[in-house]
Amino acid sequence: MKKLGKIYMALVLLFLYVPIFVLIVFSFNETKSRSVFSGFTLDWYSKLFHNRIIMDSLMNTIIIAVAASIISTILGTFAAIGINNMRKVPKSLVLNATNMPIINPEIVTGVSLMLLFVFFAARMEFEFGFVTLLIAHITFDVPYIILNIMPKFKQMDPHLYEAAVDLGCSPMSAFRKVVLPEIMPGVVSGFLMAFTYSLDDFVVSYFTTGSTSQTLPITIYSMTRRKVSPEINALSTIIFVVVVVILIVKNTIENRARKEKGGEA
Amino acid sequence: MKMKVLSAPYLVWMCVFIVVPLIMVAYFAVTTDNGSLTVQHLADVGQYANIFVRSIWLSVIATAICLVVAYPIAFLLSRMEKHHQGTMLMLVMLPMWMNFLLRTYAWMTLLGNNGIINYLFGLVGLGPYKLINTSGAVVLGMVYNYLPFMILPLYSVMEKIDKSVIEAASDLGSNPRSVLFRVIVPLSVPGITSGITMVFVPAISTFIISRMLGGGSNLLIGDLIEMQFLGNSYNPHLGAAISLVLMAIILVIMTVMNQFSPDDQVLI
Repeated sequence: MKKLGKIYMALVLLFLYVPIFVLIVFSFNETKSRSVFSGFTLDWYSKLFHNRIIMDSLMNTIIIAVAASIISTILGTFAAIGINNMRKVPKSLVLNATNMPIINPEIVTGVSLMLLFVFFAARMEFEFGFVTLLIAHITFDVPYIILNIMPKFKQMDPHLYEAAVDLGCSPMSAFRKVVLPEIMPGVVSGFLMAFTYSLDDFVVSYFTTGSTSQTLPITIYSMTRRKVSPEINALSTIIFVVVVVILIVKNTIENRARKEKGGEA
Repeated sequence: MKMKVLSAPYLVWMCVFIVVPLIMVAYFAVTTDNGSLTVQHLADVGQYANIFVRSIWLSVIATAICLVVAYPIAFLLSRMEKHHQGTMLMLVMLPMWMNFLLRTYAWMTLLGNNGIINYLFGLVGLGPYKLINTSGAVVLGMVYNYLPFMILPLYSVMEKIDKSVIEAASDLGSNPRSVLFRVIVPLSVPGITSGITMVFVPAISTFIISRMLGGGSNLLIGDLIEMQFLGNSYNPHLGAAISLVLMAIILVIMTVMNQFSPDDQVLI
């Protein structure tokens, strides 16, 4: 049974990774063939680094994702705490509205924001670009933060906070010492989710950006629309390597922290 | 309690950027350019019934496959040693960090007529098969892209299931089958419903997967909407009407889903 589980897990991982590895292998291919490897080259990488459009849009993507996920984590954590303390009716009202960008298809979120921005752009001096993109990203990020935190409140014993206050904690330190550690996994997973969504987002950006602020997914989309070029493979390889490095570093730090914590206890 | 005040900034944000834009969609769907009321746009949506049926069908299949594939994975993950759990979860989630378009592009090159799969078939004297530009390719693209969205909520619910609950059930005479269906599955229902939401909604509304892997013959609702706003047939009123119908479909499906979910986990 255990062995079967391992084989199954391996198969699913294979399914997830084989396409990416094929992509990586062909980024070093001399010719543009997608099936026969004819020789090793790094040409596609140097072409990639000299491509201004890609480099600019990469920068935009990172700035937007970092800014949007940080702002939405702060906004969303405070919102979740507040919502948790609301009475039943306003609480469900707010949660319903919050869930709209999640329940709604991305394309509807994108289209609805586009209609709003068009309306304002026609009346004020403003253009589609960085600001509209950032607003759009925060808007679809915050619900994921709240959605990740709310269940943590539910799993938490509501008397814990009261007990801490009764035993002499100020509300502030009771929050910091009792509530925050309980909801922290939700905050972190919410942040990570928001960040990935922002990095990955094409649909909402597609409808809310202007010509001045292209993100990487939008650039990639127009590349795949034109003709196939191994430059995309090279780009994928770099992104993949960066992601792997980040995750390994993150994991190492977490493991070390856990060990130190264990040592103290 | 004073803590309610903390949500004030978000409440303002929510009204301006979530509620108002949706009202605008509804408004556009039922008005003409000069602002008079009409039901013409909503009636026009009926012409595209076949596209709606195709979208629903393909995303239901993709969601079902995701659930079946992800459930054992999430369970195996949740029963691993804590140390390994982190690493394995990372491995499962890692592809999601790659851009969505690149992941779809990967399948585009794999499935293409000159792609590596047909090349391998060719080596053993088979094919070439028409793999890309089929509805199967679209479903595959959906499963590949959204599988982690199913695994993650399932895992986070199962992680909370106490090992001793499962042990107690087997000690008290449950066979593995009834442990699964009478203990694990009921306890993981919130994960199942939120996983289905997270896969079905992007799947039914995608226009990238259908465009990149489905060719021109597999138009989905998403393609239809996109064409009204940024495509050749610019018509935001019809686009808004289609969006409204799409939202209604999703609302119905979610309401049905919530019947199976415990009351305190209801999304809507």
